[in-house]
Amino acid sequence: MTTFFEARQLVSPGTLLAEGNYQAGFNVYRENGKYYASMVGLADVRNNMISVIPLRGCYIPQPGDIVIGKVVECISTAWMLDIRSPYQGVLFASEFLSKPLNPLKEEARRYLDVGEMVIATVIAFDRTRNPSLTARDHGLGKVHRGTVIDVDFTRVPRIIGKKGSMITMLKKETGAQILVGQNGRVWISGKSRDEEAIIAEAIRKIEAEAHTTGLTDRIREFLVNSRR
Amino acid sequence: MEELKTRLISDDGIRCDGRRLDEIRPIKFQIGVLNNTDGSAYVEWGRTKILVGVMGPRESHPKHLALSDKARVEAYYRMASFSVEEWKSPAPSRREVELSKVIREALEPAIFVELFPRTSIDIFIEVLQADGSTRCASISAASLALVDAGIPMRDLVASIAVGKVEGKLVLDVQDKEDKAGDSDMPMAYMPSKNAVTLLQMDGQITHDEFIQSMELLKKGCLEVYKKQKEAIEAHFKGAISNVEEA
Repeated sequence: MTTFFEARQLVSPGTLLAEGNYQAGFNVYRENGKYYASMVGLADVRNNMISVIPLRGCYIPQPGDIVIGKVVECISTAWMLDIRSPYQGVLFASEFLSKPLNPLKEEARRYLDVGEMVIATVIAFDRTRNPSLTARDHGLGKVHRGTVIDVDFTRVPRIIGKKGSMITMLKKETGAQILVGQNGRVWISGKSRDEEAIIAEAIRKIEAEAHTTGLTDRIREFLVNSRR
Repeated sequence: MEELKTRLISDDGIRCDGRRLDEIRPIKFQIGVLNNTDGSAYVEWGRTKILVGVMGPRESHPKHLALSDKARVEAYYRMASFSVEEWKSPAPSRREVELSKVIREALEPAIFVELFPRTSIDIFIEVLQADGSTRCASISAASLALVDAGIPMRDLVASIAVGKVEGKLVLDVQDKEDKAGDSDMPMAYMPSKNAVTLLQMDGQITHDEFIQSMELLKKGCLEVYKKQKEAIEAHFKGAISNVEEA
């Protein structure tokens, strides 16, 4: 059992990572007892599991993820949502409204129109069918106020931080409501547009400097300075 | 009366551009050069200049072409009208359609297409200046663009050609040598898998020359592979280096 990389070393597809009795984690594949990277990223081994933290890539829905979707199409009893993934999300009327929707009597567009944003969770996804979403839970539903910004999907873990350290700090320092969708969209609702713009800028900064040390402190400093 | 002929290789084995027989041209890869694609790469391979953009994986359009068990990979190889000495008609030629197919087939074995059923991955290749080995340069640059798009792959695909010119085998054929030479043999190769994904040949060579060519091709592909890795290192290292605290 040997690994051929240093902790958090930059690897690219085809790089031999390890040999022996390991488990293949994210972005790692096994061939003839050897483990190779399948993406550019930082190699990591934890609890015998070898994985690559990706530096590029797109969002693949996982059941339970909170996502922020943009309505792109209204069908008679469902909406198609762009969730920044190769697969569009399907939000059935029964998963959004508290009462049944009769397509003969009313149009789905009355409740949710193209271009509007929805906070939802992924119920099920197996790549053979588009991911189905639900917005019938606490804190989910149509976005009525605030700002939604797109961020790089690979930076989402950094925006949340270790055990939520970054997001907790952002909320505490600004008093705003912030929700990070797993699909690389962030909803910010503050007291004013200006405040939302400052938070958005802070998030852009996190995105740009994602893999640097002491980032939480620097962002706090940035927020304190820009409030003055 | 002997006919006066320009020779492409001198007596001491130096080619018309000063290279040794087994020497490749200077190759410079650049990653992430375009804003509106998911991944992109640019290569300067001697005088050959190629820009590659990758879109996807994304919803397959038109939908009836989508494959239910894997992603549909499509390559679009195109030569700019000004890319060659004589003006090239902007209409897609037979050669461009064929190269698109060949390039797609050289790249597809490297991609984990089974991870993205019903989607499509489009590879757009624009040859800005052509000086031989455009398919090799396209494949090598496209695999970097795929990496930049974050598409899971088994390995990078490196590619190079060997030709036979004036009875000698030469690595990395340029346009002049290709036109005057007796044969041209491009190969695409996944070094860490030791797998060949493309092998073509036109012209005539002997069995021994074929064996020698394969050795030369492997050596060349490894050199290209090294350049590809360096480009990845250079592009992504910047993103992860620790910023000094002010």
